[in-house]
Amino acid sequence: MTGAHHLYVHLPFCAHRCGYCDFVTVVGWDHHHGAYVDALLTELELERDLLGGVETVFLGGGTPTVTEPAALARLLAGLPHAGETTIEANPETVTPDLAALLREHGVNRVSLGAQSFQPHLLEMLERRARPEDVRAAVWTLREAGFDNVSLDLIYGIPGQSAADLERDLDEAIALEPEHLSCYELEAKPGTRFTHAHGEELERQADAMEDYFERVVEVLTGAGYRWYETANFCRADDARDLRAHHNLGYWLGRDYLGIGVGAVSTVAGARWRNAPSLPRYLAAVQGGERPQRELEPLDGATQARERILLGLRLDEPLPLAGLGAALDHDALARLTRQGLVAAAHDTLALTRRGRFLGGGVTADLLV
Amino acid sequence: MDQDKIRNFSIIAHIDHGKSTLADRILQLTDTVADRDMKEQLLDSMELERERGITIKAQAVRVLWKGHQLNLIDTPGHVDFTYEVSRSLQACEGALLVVDAAQGIEAQTLANAYLAIENNLEIVPVVNKIDLPQADPDGAAAEVADLIGDDADNVLRISAKTGLGVEAVLDAIVERIPAPDGEAEAPARALIFDSSYDQYRGVVAFVRVVDGRFETRDALRAMAQGTRFEAEELGFLTPVRRPVKTLEAGEVGYVITGLKDVSKLRAGDTLTAEKRPAAEPVPGYKEVKPMVFAGLFPTDSDEYPELRDALERLKLNDGALFYEPETSQALGFGFRCGFLGLLHMEIVRERLEREFDLDLIVTAPTVAYRAQARPGGDWIEVHNPADMPNELEAVEEPFIKSSIIVPKEYVGAVMELCNERRGSFDHMEYLSEERVHLVYELPLGEIVLDFYDQLKSRTRGYASFDYDMAGFRPGHLVRVDVLVAGEPVDALSLIIHREFAYERGKLLVERLRKEIPRQFFDVAIQAAIGARIIARETVKAKRKDVLAKCYGGDISRKRKLLEKQKKGKKRMKQVGGVEVPQEAFLAVLNLDERK
Repeated sequence: MTGAHHLYVHLPFCAHRCGYCDFVTVVGWDHHHGAYVDALLTELELERDLLGGVETVFLGGGTPTVTEPAALARLLAGLPHAGETTIEANPETVTPDLAALLREHGVNRVSLGAQSFQPHLLEMLERRARPEDVRAAVWTLREAGFDNVSLDLIYGIPGQSAADLERDLDEAIALEPEHLSCYELEAKPGTRFTHAHGEELERQADAMEDYFERVVEVLTGAGYRWYETANFCRADDARDLRAHHNLGYWLGRDYLGIGVGAVSTVAGARWRNAPSLPRYLAAVQGGERPQRELEPLDGATQARERILLGLRLDEPLPLAGLGAALDHDALARLTRQGLVAAAHDTLALTRRGRFLGGGVTADLLV
Repeated sequence: MDQDKIRNFSIIAHIDHGKSTLADRILQLTDTVADRDMKEQLLDSMELERERGITIKAQAVRVLWKGHQLNLIDTPGHVDFTYEVSRSLQACEGALLVVDAAQGIEAQTLANAYLAIENNLEIVPVVNKIDLPQADPDGAAAEVADLIGDDADNVLRISAKTGLGVEAVLDAIVERIPAPDGEAEAPARALIFDSSYDQYRGVVAFVRVVDGRFETRDALRAMAQGTRFEAEELGFLTPVRRPVKTLEAGEVGYVITGLKDVSKLRAGDTLTAEKRPAAEPVPGYKEVKPMVFAGLFPTDSDEYPELRDALERLKLNDGALFYEPETSQALGFGFRCGFLGLLHMEIVRERLEREFDLDLIVTAPTVAYRAQARPGGDWIEVHNPADMPNELEAVEEPFIKSSIIVPKEYVGAVMELCNERRGSFDHMEYLSEERVHLVYELPLGEIVLDFYDQLKSRTRGYASFDYDMAGFRPGHLVRVDVLVAGEPVDALSLIIHREFAYERGKLLVERLRKEIPRQFFDVAIQAAIGARIIARETVKAKRKDVLAKCYGGDISRKRKLLEKQKKGKKRMKQVGGVEVPQEAFLAVLNLDERK
C-alpha cells in the first residue's frame, strides 16, 4: 500500500457559528472563497505524492455548502475521482441548484446536519434550519438523484425531553436516510455553549444513559445497523452503506487532510495545519506548505490508536501486532464481566461493552 | 551553691495567658539575656510551639536575682502531657499560677494547679494582663485566691507585656518559695524531668538534683529503666548551655549522656551515681503509654521511606511517640502510631507535614482497647480496629475524668453533650457566680473524634477542657466493618458502642456510596458487625461510557483522554475488584472528623 487512499478537504466557511461548535470555522469571509479554493488545490498539488489511489473524498466544515457555487464547482472539479465523495451540508443550504451542482461534479453522498426536528431545540443549538428545511433538503437531494444521504442528530440538548428524542428519531427514520450519526451534545471547553449550559449538561448526564440506549434500540429496531459507536447505516444486502471515508479512520488507515486546521496521518506521522485562515492563505499562495503541528506516532501509540478506533466498530478487531498494547489482566477481567469477547486472534466488545466502550477501552490499554 | 540561695519554680498558665511573655521578661530583668538577643518567647524553641502558643518540651533556665539562683522549669502546657507536667512540678518547690485578668481560671489552669498542690508546691498567684481594657483584675484575683485558699491581697497583679510588677514577682519567688532541702552528703539522686536529643551529643537529660552531688565523668544509672552511661558533660542553661564540673543538691541542670535513644531516659526516672548508688529512687515514676492511635499513610506511596525516616527522627526527641509499620489494603504502606492524646497527635502530624514536607492521610483516631477473646483467656491490647477479634468475651475501653469549665448558661449544653457521649456525671461546683466547674467521666473513645470541637461550638468557645486518665472499664463495644463488594475496607473499620453502631454504619456507607465512582457493575457497600449486615447501599452500574465521536481530526485528543483515564485508574485502589479513588477514603475519614 503506497500513499493515502482517503482525502479530507476542509471548508471552514459558515453563515453563523453555532454556540456548541469547536471546529475551525470562519464567518464573513465571503469574498475569499475563490482564493481559498485556489489554495486548497495548490496544497493538494504540493502533497500529491502522499496520495495513492484515492478511494474516498470527504468535504467537511464549517459548512461546505455555503461556499460560493463557482468556487465549489472549481474545487470539486479539481479533486481526484473517488468511489465515495461525501459533502457535509446544512439543510437550509440545500437548493435544487446546489444538489444539481454536486451531482454534476461527482459528489455521491451528502451528510446533512439535521441535529433535531424540534424548533425549540434547533433554536437552543442556534441552528438556522427549521424542521421543514430538513425534510425539504432530503427531498431535494432525492430528486436530484442522491441515493446515499446521512443525517446527523444530536441528543442531550438542554430542554430535550425523552419524548422529544423519540419524536426526533421517528422523524429521522421517516425520511429513510441510508445513514445516521447520533451524537450526545458535548460541552466542549471554551465554547459559548459550555459557558451558558455546561452545568445543565452535567446535571442531565445520568439521563443520557437512557437516551443513548433508546437511540440504539429505536434505530436497530428500525432496521439500522449499529456499526460504530455513534453511527448507524441501513442494512442493505446490495450495498455497504457505512461511511467509507470514516471507516478509513476507524480501521487505522492513512489519510491526507488539506485546508486550514486539517489533520493528516501518513506513514506513522500526524500533522495538523495551523488554524489561522489568513496565514494559511499567505503560505500556500506563496507556494509553501502551511504551518503545521507535527506529532510523530511511534509503534506503541499506533497500536493503542488501532485498539481505540477499532473497538468502536461492530466487527471484531484483528489483534495481530497489538498484543503488547493490551493490558491482559484487564482483558481477562472484562471478559469475565461480559464486556469483551475475545477469540484467539480478534477482540470485540459485547453489546453491553459497546455502551461502555470508552471506559472499557481505557481499561484494555496498557 | 548553698541550697538556701536556690529557688526552683514553674509557671502554670493557660495557653495565651502569658507564661512565655513572663518568662521572657524574667530573663531580661535578670540580665540573663541581653535585650538585643531577645528572641520573642525564647523558651519555646520550636517554630510550631511559637505558632500555636504552646510549649511542648520542658526546659529549664537558670537566672540570678539579688544573690539567689532561680531555676525556671518550663512545663508543657497541654492536657496530653499531664505526666510530664507532674514531673516538672516535682522538680520544683513552688509555682507561679498565672491567670489572665480578662479570662479568669481555665480548666487546664485548674488541673495544673491541683497537680502543683498535690506536689506540695508553694503557689504564688499572679494576675497578668492588667493593662488590657477588658481586664477584671479583682475578679480574677478573687477566683485564684479562692482556688488556692489564699487571701486576694496576696495575688500579684502584673503586665508581663509592659514589665509592670515583674520585679515583685521575682522578689516573691525568693521570699515565698521555700529553698530545696536535699541531703548534700547523701548518695547522689537526680530526678529527670525531661530529655531531648542533640544530633552531635546524643540524649541530653534535664534534671533536678535531689540529694548529693554529680560530677563530670561519673558513671550514672537511671534507676527505673536501668540505663547506664557516663556523664559526658554537666551544666545549666542560660538559656544556652553552660558547662560546670558539678551539679549539687537543689540545683537544676542538664546531663549530656551520649545515649542514642531518647526513650532510654524517661521523665520521672531517677539518676544515681554508680560509685555510691542511692538505695531508693525518687518516687512517682511511671511508664506513660500512648492512649490514642491512628494510621499515618503517605498520600503518595513513594514517600513511605521518607515517612519512616521522619518518624525515626521525631522519635529521637519524643519518647512518648510510638509507631509500628501498618499495611492497609486501602491506603498502602504506613504506620500505626500511638500518641499521648489528640494534641500530641496533631503536633506530630503537623511536624511531619511541615518539617519533613510530607503529605499524609491520617485515619480516624481510635483508642487503646483491651480485649479478651475467651472466658479466662489472655487480655490483648488492640490499637487498630481491624485487629479487634470478631468473637469477643469482653472488651474494656479507657475512661477519662474530665474537667470542664463554662459560664453557667452553657451547663445544660455541656451536660447534653456529655450524656450523648456516654458520660457519667461526677460532680459540679461554682467557681464564681458566673462560672461552673463540671466533672464528668467519659470514655476516651468518645472524645477522640470531635468532642472538643463540639464542646467549643456548643458553648460558643467559652468552655475549657482538661482530662486525666481514669483507667479501663468494660464496655458494650463492637467492631463495625465497611465492605465494598463484599470485601472489608480495613482503614474504615471502627470500634463503637453497640448503641451507636447502626447509625454510624449507615452514615459511613452513605458517604462512601457518594464517593465511589460508578463501575461497570453494581457495587454493594455494606456496614457489618461480624457476619451481620447492618446497613447497605448500592453504587449502580454505569450504563454508558463512550467518547461520542471520533474522526480524523480528533484521534490524538481522544487517545490522550483514554491514556489519562487509564493512568487515573492505575492510581486507584482495588477493593473487592472495585476501583476506589484514594480521595474517597479520605473524604470519608475527613467527614468523620468534621461531623
